[in-house]
Amino acid sequence: MNAVELDHVSFTYSRNMPGAVPALDDVSLSVKSGGITGLIGHTGSGKSTLVQLLNGLLKPDSGTVLLDGHDIWAEPKKIREIRFKAGLVMQYPEYQLFAETVAEDIAFGPKNMGIGGEELDARVKEAARFAGIGEELLGKSPFDLSGGQKRRAALAGVIAMNPKILILDEPAAGLDPAGRRDILGGVKRFSRESGTTVIIVSHSMEDMAMYCDDVIVMARAKILMHRPTAEVFSEAEQLASVGLDVPLVTRVAAALGELGVDIGRDVYTVDYAVGKILEHIGAAPVNFENVKDAAGKNGTGAAGKAGAEH
Amino acid sequence: MNPIIKAENLTFSYPGDEETGPVRALDGVSFEIPEGSFTAILGHNGSGKSTLAKLLCMVNFPDSGRLWVAGREITAEDAAEEDILAARRDVGMVFQNPDNQIVATIVEEDVAFGCENLGLPPAEIRRRVDEALADVGMTEFARRQTYNLSGGQKQRVAIAGTIAMDRRCVIFDESTAMLDPVGRREVMEIIERLNRKEGVTVLLITHHMNEAALADRILVMNGGKIYLEGTPEEVFGRPEAMWAAGLDVPQTTELAYKLQKACLDVPLTLFDPASCAKAVADAVTRAKAGAGKEARR
Repeated sequence: MNAVELDHVSFTYSRNMPGAVPALDDVSLSVKSGGITGLIGHTGSGKSTLVQLLNGLLKPDSGTVLLDGHDIWAEPKKIREIRFKAGLVMQYPEYQLFAETVAEDIAFGPKNMGIGGEELDARVKEAARFAGIGEELLGKSPFDLSGGQKRRAALAGVIAMNPKILILDEPAAGLDPAGRRDILGGVKRFSRESGTTVIIVSHSMEDMAMYCDDVIVMARAKILMHRPTAEVFSEAEQLASVGLDVPLVTRVAAALGELGVDIGRDVYTVDYAVGKILEHIGAAPVNFENVKDAAGKNGTGAAGKAGAEH
Repeated sequence: MNPIIKAENLTFSYPGDEETGPVRALDGVSFEIPEGSFTAILGHNGSGKSTLAKLLCMVNFPDSGRLWVAGREITAEDAAEEDILAARRDVGMVFQNPDNQIVATIVEEDVAFGCENLGLPPAEIRRRVDEALADVGMTEFARRQTYNLSGGQKQRVAIAGTIAMDRRCVIFDESTAMLDPVGRREVMEIIERLNRKEGVTVLLITHHMNEAALADRILVMNGGKIYLEGTPEEVFGRPEAMWAAGLDVPQTTELAYKLQKACLDVPLTLFDPASCAKAVADAVTRAKAGAGKEARR
């Protein structure tokens, strides 16, 4: 079953103006249920237009947009329901926090859907848990949270609406590395446990490589490719030709290939590269799970040490 | 080389609320920035980076400690208003969001804005604006409207504005964070050129470890203090300390670290993919030779 389908969709902004160029040009696409799909492309390639077509903020000039097999514009009066189904977390969503407490802010969406009472409480708690917002934060003002926490509170507000698909536009922009891991890890946990389809728009190829099952590459209002993550990042030259990068480790793997150490062109995470290199020399694999977070947990000790040496 | 910025034991607190009381953002920070150097400042959100930047361009003043900018002690009891104004003129800042720092509707008018405030003669402004636009590769956009430029182009216009003011030091506060890979590369190339060719002192606040690897020196902030300081090799040579501070290292360093744990000897601090690959290939050859000997024995 496809969660999302686009059938020959075109869209042009102010299309009655002379010289208007299509932002999306005859695009067909299907996204399977339950996975995390990355959407990449340089500025102006049509990513944001595509995202806004998916939850009915824009209406296609031609073609159809299907969610769970239903044409979202079949009954234009019901488009509001579609927006509940396709939850969109915009860029810098923390600027949209407004309620007096974090709990009230998270509850705002589901309340507007007519949910109340115990179910509302349950949803708020569950959404907060997925987003990594501890219960002790729920009673606080959202404005007293740190930047990373605010971002996750805004994410929880969309998760609480139980969307069929969750669309995130640059969810990690401006966050530090630990903050990136927190929010993207939360999204992944949410997708795996609830089976929700997730679409992430990002400029960070490293993040895409870490978290996405497949990747859609957009260029010049069309889809250049839509394939499993490994295959997309093995097309370094094609990505470069449309102004995109591959992760640094993918370039190392390519250079290794030229030096006669062939570990494949589909290397896109460090752990995978390490595994392949060890396999190449016939050494036993090493498990590095959570080496970064582990270092973070010993934070005080290690930091004190580094500080003393400074 | 003379330091263009020297900080001694700076502290700064934000007022905070009744519950928390004042929040200490900087807690005894000392360092020197040599004139003409390229320094990256790393730190997780809330570590004090941006607070520090605001002190350096004199938006805020430290609660205690001493701060010299371009040879003037701006924290001195008797520091005159003119000294502070002159120091402010020497230090410019480019912010994160391209839309927050464009003030005019036409590109060249935006670049001229700062110079006009300096009260320079029109002919001089003309010359400086033309030069600055050429420096950032935006000459052909001089008469264009600013609103429909791309993010990277807007950042280049903002940088041209600081170049036209003839700044000795420019602070980039996550100026590439909102750009796509092409925009980021454009802006990083200009920052490097500004530093290497024009000798402008650059302070680059960033979350991108690959960008920090281009600097001469890195300051790592954590909990309002300087946590690590050194060349990119020295700082990224300690990946565990960086992870402990909620930061990261370039992927080449992470790869080498993990290969070392698996007993392959690859240096941690080869940041460019070709030299990292070469080191890995050499280590692989050695490991295979070792295994061969072992088998023959």
